Amino acid sequence: MIHNPKARIVSQKMIFPGCCLLTISSPDISRTAKPGQFIQVRILPLLDSTLRRPFSIHRVDREEGELSLLYRVVGRGTALLSMEKENNFLDIIGPLGNGFTIPEGKKKLAIAAGGIGIAPLFFLLQELAQSRNKDFSIYTLLGARTSEELILADEITSLTDSFSGGVKVATDDGTVGHSGPVTELLEEVLANRLAEMVYFCGPRDFLRVSAAMLEKYGAAGQLSIEERMACGIGACYSCVCRTNRKKGEQPVYKRVCLDGPVFYSNEVAF
Amino acid sequence: MKSLQEEPNLAVEIAGVKFKNPIVTASGTFGFGKEYSVFVNLSQLGGIVLKSLTLQPCPGNPPPRIFETSSGLLNSIGLENPGVDNFIKFYLPGLKEIQTNIIASIAGGAAEEYAAVAGRLGESELVSALELNISCPNVKHGGMQFGVSPSASAEVVKSVKSITNKPVIVKLSPNVTSIVEIARSVAAAGADALSMINTLAGMAIDVYRRRPVLGNIKGGLSGPAIKPVAVGAVWDVYREVDLPIIGMGGITCARDALEFIMAGARAVAAGTVNFINPEATINILEGITLFLKENGIKDINDLVGAAHNPI
Repeated sequence: MIHNPKARIVSQKMIFPGCCLLTISSPDISRTAKPGQFIQVRILPLLDSTLRRPFSIHRVDREEGELSLLYRVVGRGTALLSMEKENNFLDIIGPLGNGFTIPEGKKKLAIAAGGIGIAPLFFLLQELAQSRNKDFSIYTLLGARTSEELILADEITSLTDSFSGGVKVATDDGTVGHSGPVTELLEEVLANRLAEMVYFCGPRDFLRVSAAMLEKYGAAGQLSIEERMACGIGACYSCVCRTNRKKGEQPVYKRVCLDGPVFYSNEVAF
Repeated sequence: MKSLQEEPNLAVEIAGVKFKNPIVTASGTFGFGKEYSVFVNLSQLGGIVLKSLTLQPCPGNPPPRIFETSSGLLNSIGLENPGVDNFIKFYLPGLKEIQTNIIASIAGGAAEEYAAVAGRLGESELVSALELNISCPNVKHGGMQFGVSPSASAEVVKSVKSITNKPVIVKLSPNVTSIVEIARSVAAAGADALSMINTLAGMAIDVYRRRPVLGNIKGGLSGPAIKPVAVGAVWDVYREVDLPIIGMGGITCARDALEFIMAGARAVAAGTVNFINPEATINILEGITLFLKENGIKDINDLVGAAHNPI
């Protein structure tokens, strides 16, 4: 874990209204980061009471020593971050948490993203593509509210074109691809036995529905979850999620920052 | 002419325990001692106050456990901890390599529980002192009931003092009618020092979902928002009660820490700021050292309570 108090912003672009792609120069972090890990960004150091915000690493360019964050503006912290300009400096800590893993023997993979949930999954696709392991089949399922918010479909298509599988898209309003939630595409893939290991990320309801679906079809999966976070290193016990499911049992909590943010889908109690 | 090179004395003594400098960490914000070792040379700190321990393992409260407010942080962790026995077995041995005071914090639901935990921790020479968390607002049947009552607070102190020779520091709650009255009561019961203040009780509501934000509904407010309240409390208690004070509540920089010291604190704790700047403790220490040098002050002890007798 590295604390880089002066990481230069290489670029900040608006992808669609309310969604930004921020690229930061941080060679140490980008070279050691694994898909699924995150960084903590200090928001306007002058506001000395504003907590850092956690962002999963969206992609890395190890040669350039850069990493990117893909995020939606949802509150005060992300609003302030979205105003940061090229060549400004950010105080970041990372890489934090554990990443996605590919269990031995699992070759039929699916990636399912609800909206901005594609952020950490893209990095996983990047690594899979670089591995050039043609034994994998990869289905990538992308969900968005509307066609304007559907991003990265073309890039992922070319990134994964050497693998069997493919990219499928779904929009809530039907403006592109399947009309309906992306979980319907996931169910199709699972029902046809096209995936034995699913990586997924997105809104809480999407995670809950997807995890239940995996259980129904007997597929394994890993998900990346979000929780309000403070220290990011396991000291404050703020960002927990419950990991035992039975009601009436004494709850068992795990720290999203240290034990996650990637968990096996059957670990998390929704 | 005074030399800027002359190193001022930063060492302070609290309840017979020597601190190499007045900077400690606030309980609950610094884990069980070593989490911040990647950022901070822990041996440079005056002391580390650990997250509160209970007799049995405690799962903590349902999430969400925190919410950021204007200049503050609302939390309701619910004392999640592995229990004192697991702490002694799995965490305490690793603290041996840190050359600083380890202060264990104790929480409980009954005076006997505090005493039982204190008895276990009292056996270790790695523990320099005990802090009694009688003021955590987040446990339904726990801490708070002691912290708001002078007699119940005194009862906890007496039961702990009867079982251990370790110095006992009592952490006071600001959520009381008179913090001075509680301070007097625990002093009479044998407390060796005071930590103040704990968080201020509060809550936040999610207006879109029409429900409290925190899983536990109510929580405790920390961070810069509470600093003036804390400085004021230290000021009042320093005038009325003859016990050393560890001051805390919203400290983010050396100047904040110096405010507490001049109000009467002999040591200061950094809490919430660690989450924002993991090197905050060291930055505060460096800032205090620089202040002393720049102002020709040879000993930090000369500043304790200095604002009560302005030059």
